[in-house]
Amino acid sequence: MSNVTYKRTDLQSDQEVRWCPGCGDYTILASVQTFMAQMGVRRENIVVVSGIGCAARLPYYMKTYGFHTIHGRAPAIATGLAASRPDLSVWVVTGDGDALSIGGNHLIHALRRNANIKILLFNNQIYGLTKGQYSPTSEVGKRTKSTPFGSIDYPFNPVSLALGAEATFVARTIDMDRNHTQQILAEAVNHRGSVFIEIYQNCNVFNDKAFIQLTGKTERVTNRINLQDGKPVVFGRSGENCVVMEDGEARIKPTASVSKDQILVHDPTRDNPSVAFSISRLAHGPFGPTPLGVFRKVRRPTYGAEMQLQIVESQDRGPGDLDALFSSIGTWTVT
Amino acid sequence: MQLAGNRFADTSAAFGNDLYTLPSFPAEIRAPAGTLPGVSSFQIQIADWDISTSGDRPDCMVAMNPAALKSNIADLRQGGTLIVNNEAFDERGLAKAGYEDNPLIDGSLNQYDMIQIPMNTLTKEAVADKVSGRSVLRSRNFVALGFLAWLFQRPLEPIKTWTNTKFARIPNVAEANLAALKAGYNFGVTTEASRTIFKVNPATLPVGTYTNLTGNTALAWGLIAASYCAKLPLFYGSYPITPASDILHELARHKRLGVRTFQAEDEIAAVGAAIGASFGGSLAVTGSSGPGIALKSEAISLALTAELPLLVVNVQRAGPSTGMPTKPEQTDLLFSLFGRHGESPMPVIACSTPSDVVETTIEAARIALKYMTPVILLSDNHIANGSEPWSIPDAGSLPDISVPFASAPNGANGQYLPYLRDFNTFSRPWAIPGTKGLEHRIGGLEKENISGNISYNPENHQLMTDSRAWKVANIANDVPAVEVSGELDADLLVLSWGSSKGTVGAACRNLNREGYKIAYAHLRYLNPLPANLGEVVHSYEKLMIPELNMGQLRYIIRANYLKDAVGLNKVAGTPFYIGEIRDKILEIVEP
Ligand code: SF4
Repeated sequence: MSNVTYKRTDLQSDQEVRWCPGCGDYTILASVQTFMAQMGVRRENIVVVSGIGCAARLPYYMKTYGFHTIHGRAPAIATGLAASRPDLSVWVVTGDGDALSIGGNHLIHALRRNANIKILLFNNQIYGLTKGQYSPTSEVGKRTKSTPFGSIDYPFNPVSLALGAEATFVARTIDMDRNHTQQILAEAVNHRGSVFIEIYQNCNVFNDKAFIQLTGKTERVTNRINLQDGKPVVFGRSGENCVVMEDGEARIKPTASVSKDQILVHDPTRDNPSVAFSISRLAHGPFGPTPLGVFRKVRRPTYGAEMQLQIVESQDRGPGDLDALFSSIGTWTVT
Repeated sequence: MQLAGNRFADTSAAFGNDLYTLPSFPAEIRAPAGTLPGVSSFQIQIADWDISTSGDRPDCMVAMNPAALKSNIADLRQGGTLIVNNEAFDERGLAKAGYEDNPLIDGSLNQYDMIQIPMNTLTKEAVADKVSGRSVLRSRNFVALGFLAWLFQRPLEPIKTWTNTKFARIPNVAEANLAALKAGYNFGVTTEASRTIFKVNPATLPVGTYTNLTGNTALAWGLIAASYCAKLPLFYGSYPITPASDILHELARHKRLGVRTFQAEDEIAAVGAAIGASFGGSLAVTGSSGPGIALKSEAISLALTAELPLLVVNVQRAGPSTGMPTKPEQTDLLFSLFGRHGESPMPVIACSTPSDVVETTIEAARIALKYMTPVILLSDNHIANGSEPWSIPDAGSLPDISVPFASAPNGANGQYLPYLRDFNTFSRPWAIPGTKGLEHRIGGLEKENISGNISYNPENHQLMTDSRAWKVANIANDVPAVEVSGELDADLLVLSWGSSKGTVGAACRNLNREGYKIAYAHLRYLNPLPANLGEVVHSYEKLMIPELNMGQLRYIIRANYLKDAVGLNKVAGTPFYIGEIRDKILEIVEP
């Protein structure tokens, strides 16, 4: 990686951006381009891989290498790319349907392996591209074209799922807050291994205001729980609420009702993911107080580096030789 | 039994025979020993001439227990030598195999030259001071092997060397096995048990250095060789499946040759990771068997439209669905040709024998790289587990199949145009991440010709569809013409593909020697078909196509050339026998 810096426009391809006007994807794209322009990686070494869905169009708008693939499989494709090319900065852009429904298997396995890929999951809690069916993160009871009587599917909490798969870097941010998004990206880019960032993304056409509790002028003040490394978890207009660990689970309490040392001090580097998981359970969806920030950030060898290491260690004994291979299981000569 | 069979193959190879092996595994992994589903067998043909099959009816058979006898005796030729462990024919053994009377004494085996060997006693005596308890009878196979070594006058040295290496960490087991080997050999010497001693002289194979290779090992080596010839790192994405897993196992051992293996979470991830590696500039391969290939179908179409090189290895097994995973079939031909959505032609080529696999694999890689396309490489259970001597080439003599990556813009104003095709091959350039100035985006959406930008333009879709089809069809001009062997001016042409090559060739050669006029030809390239094939099939009055399926190549030949053919079709879990091919040919030539 070099210290190159670009302008945001250097990361913009010549393709016209074609999301619906007002879509949260525009904001995220701007955050990503702004961030990547100054992340210090040459653009020829960046690859953005996507699956299918509205979010998956993003690679076309980036002046980097890009691969728009098939539904749900981007984590697998990116894993192969990253494992065979440890020199690249590989990003996956996906959505809630792509990553959690059709591609759920690839997502959890990429995370558990700690493949060196950075997964941005745009969660809008709806199927946008196919025009408005409920998704695996839609709330129970949601009325959509495919659930006229209300959804009876219990949704995933993507952060809980990623923590359950023992992902080494797990975070959540929100489209409207570009500063927060870029802060999280900045922390993620230096992480070696799988990065999982859930980005709440407003689909103003099929699921407008799904995140209003976290974006509304008044609501966000009371509902955003900002997780900050090393800081006590307090939130609200004047820190009137806090998070404590009680009976093995994270709970919200009025700050005034607990002593100062009872308040949970956030530490994303805890090796055991159970506290991070508890924090993720504070909200099952963006309907009230909801944690945002980095839930977990731990070090573990990456899949690609380990693969490379086995090759390098084997070759330390001298490089392989095809002729030697061909005569390795016993030969005889006919003269 | 597999162990004894393989050791017999080794010593025969060392002796200089040509050989061809065909193991057969129980379909159930833990079927109880001594029962019919638990029988594991190993067939080998050895010869002093160049053979091409594992043989039809054995001249000699070893049955370690009643179940083994019952499930295989029908294959032994009349008057053949039958060796049995008579001590396994007790009440319990007979009951497990479902025999009411003991076949060793009821006269039902009178047509064979039977040699009864008390293998349990011989083993116990031989290993008494070396191993104890349940380990004792494990050496029984070595008694049988020792006796065979005597009967066929094989050298014991290769077996001893192998045993000492294999059991180096448990020397008492090595000693027990070698003692049992000796006991079996001596049983032959001292009892002169057989009326026939088989003398099979060394074969006069072409000059060279040989190794005995199974098809699966050969496929793994072929991939490593292809990566060497292409000057690209090898990436193999796979999910365990019978009978393809051994390719993964073999490749995983060769990190020293730079091989990356990825055991994926499922078949789709296996092909997906390979496609990712291909995008990054590896020689990317995914391998599986029919059911797994079905799961990969959508991703293969992505590689096809993205125009990325990819090898898709299908070691065919009996289907559909789980079918009979340990049995051979050639039933995925039509699936290989057509099993994708949309207009999605892609090259399909097939291995024919274990000794042909390395070369065919390199050829598949050559086509994939030169034409920027996924290629299906077919093998099957028969090739995968069978073995044959392979004449080892010099690595330096292998073809150069490397294709340069794009390194500079190919459009005006420093633009890179990922779908600007080569005038001759219609292939597109391959620019890999890390190359400055060639940043570009590709994907599954239809691409505009030349620029590669997303395009919904109807004329463009027609043009791109035609271009992809033409690119693949044009490969016919870059592969050898099909060659006809035997009696060229015959009325009948027998056309084979895949693993039936050896059997078909043997049957036709035999008939030619007897004075029948038969021509025969074999297809390695199933798509595109060789450019001269239409002319060839039409120059014979009659065409016969034997396949281990219900007539898939026959369908293709009719569809392409309006040439009718007689099929010989079976899906019975076994390869063709020479006799079956012969009977069918005779039916056609002398009705
Ligand atoms: S459908 Fe929704 S998510 Fe998709 S582009 Fe339109 S607003 Fe954005």
